[in-house]
Amino acid sequence: MVPSTVLAALFTFYPTVMSWYFSFLDWSGFSDSAHFTGLGNYRELMHDPLFWHAFGRSLLFVLVAVPIRMGLSLIVAIVLNNQALKLSPLFRTLFFLPVVTTGAIVGVVMSLLYSPFNGPINHALMGIGVINKPIDFLGSPGSSLWSVMAVEIWKNFGITMIYWLAALQTVPREYQEAAALDGAGRWQTLRYITGPLLLPFTAIITLLTANNTLHTFGIVQSMTAGGPYFSSQTIEVYIYQTAFAPDSANAIPRLGYASAAGCLFGVCIMLIALLQLWAGRSVARTRAQLKDAR
Amino acid sequence: MTAVLERPPVRRTDPPKQRRRRRRGRIRIVVVSTVLLAVCGVWIYPLIWMVAVSLRDNAHVFTGVGLGTDVVHLDNYQRAWSDAHMGEYFLNTLLVTAGSIVITVFAVAMMGYVLGRYSFPGKRVVIALFAIVVFLPEGYTIIPVVDLLGRLHLDSSLWGLTLAESGGAHVVAVLLFAGYFSRLPKQLEEAAMLDGAGFVRTFFSVYLPLAKPVVAVTVILQFLHSWNDFLLPLVLTLTRPTLRTLSVGMYAFQGEEFTDWSGMMAAATIGLVPLIVLFLFLQRYFVEGVAGAVKQ
Repeated sequence: MVPSTVLAALFTFYPTVMSWYFSFLDWSGFSDSAHFTGLGNYRELMHDPLFWHAFGRSLLFVLVAVPIRMGLSLIVAIVLNNQALKLSPLFRTLFFLPVVTTGAIVGVVMSLLYSPFNGPINHALMGIGVINKPIDFLGSPGSSLWSVMAVEIWKNFGITMIYWLAALQTVPREYQEAAALDGAGRWQTLRYITGPLLLPFTAIITLLTANNTLHTFGIVQSMTAGGPYFSSQTIEVYIYQTAFAPDSANAIPRLGYASAAGCLFGVCIMLIALLQLWAGRSVARTRAQLKDAR
Repeated sequence: MTAVLERPPVRRTDPPKQRRRRRRGRIRIVVVSTVLLAVCGVWIYPLIWMVAVSLRDNAHVFTGVGLGTDVVHLDNYQRAWSDAHMGEYFLNTLLVTAGSIVITVFAVAMMGYVLGRYSFPGKRVVIALFAIVVFLPEGYTIIPVVDLLGRLHLDSSLWGLTLAESGGAHVVAVLLFAGYFSRLPKQLEEAAMLDGAGFVRTFFSVYLPLAKPVVAVTVILQFLHSWNDFLLPLVLTLTRPTLRTLSVGMYAFQGEEFTDWSGMMAAATIGLVPLIVLFLFLQRYFVEGVAGAVKQ
């Protein structure tokens, strides 16, 4: 207990507290030149368009990527959960495979696949006639965020699929058999038996998927480094670049300011998560009341 | 299904309607399987392409969607392994991963043991704190972690990185251990105590050996985390290239030799193949580890 508490305290609880403390400092990290600025960093953040754009991009990332991952992986999980599908373990393995790969390495591989100079994806799309000239997926501000998002969905799809499969396994097979005996079709079983039984899992799976989607640093940094013109800079990339890798020559690292950005974003995420849990609870409560009333 | 297939006479006595339905079901399975097979082919195409390109020479990297090569160029691997220092980075990654696995398993198992078998004031608070911490963005804590390692003078060796990778709250693993230990019978503890075993002895020689499946899951989760982590090693090795891990090395390779595509893909293959092989062999534990988050 003691060693693990020390570990957790050092690398989890201490940093959490300290990042709040740092966020009140004006500090470059090189020296003891840190001095207290109170809410100065937060006041500056409020008027920093780069921060708010990165913030918006991260939210957009979650709002688009999470529903796609949830929906597609649910469909795949339902199909794979069919006992008659003998190859199901093989498919599960293949869908899960990208999950185990390293984000930063996959990012490099994908940036080659996306290449506008006869890269395989452009080649294939032109081959089947969807486009007639290559798209610069990562090099144009209009498409870079979406291209990165596609890779993120591909890489982490398997995690959400496994969540759904775990949830599906809690549905007793007898229920489905009973429904089939009563003459219910596949769709009806799904709609009236499996669906309602999966519902309680939806909140936690959404939360885990959303949380996982927010941690996209490796893929984004290795594919676009937030570019071009910050068009794919998500909040983690923003924090990293502000704190450790200022890109313009005269800029100095701003650890205090980056901490403030992290704290502000962290609080917002917590609020959203709490709101979501609260909404889920109240929906469940309303349903329970409706059922009692009936 | 197999039982049905082995007994054809029973099937013959089925009413025709049922027989038709069953045949339709079988056709459906074949169609679904074929579609899924095609989807899966596209799904893992990027990884296969990576391996294919790692065997080509640089002039033939971008030749459409094909996966073949005329001449197998193994020199790409040599370039990646020694010139791009992937060999060193491989060793670094291996050391950090192994070290952090050992530390994590003991730390997490003990924590789960205490949470699962003893009740103490503030237990609920500890669990709640853990649950909250899962959802903090990584960028949120990276600055204090780096600062802390600097102050402890651990940032100039692999030890710092190893410790930082083992830190962090392994909530899922802790809860898995706690759940597992709490289901074991109390008599074990009493018997150990009668035999004169203390707290530590009871844990190491009675409980930990019983928890092998959970240990396996924890090892896998930590393996994935340490091997694949990017932000932390990147920041910690910004000024110390010799300590880079594979993911950081790959990133640096891309930045330095940005036209050596086949060398890049050879490096990527070096980084990913061990993971994939391990996954294929220990799949069950990978899947259990991931699913554990939902089951709790």
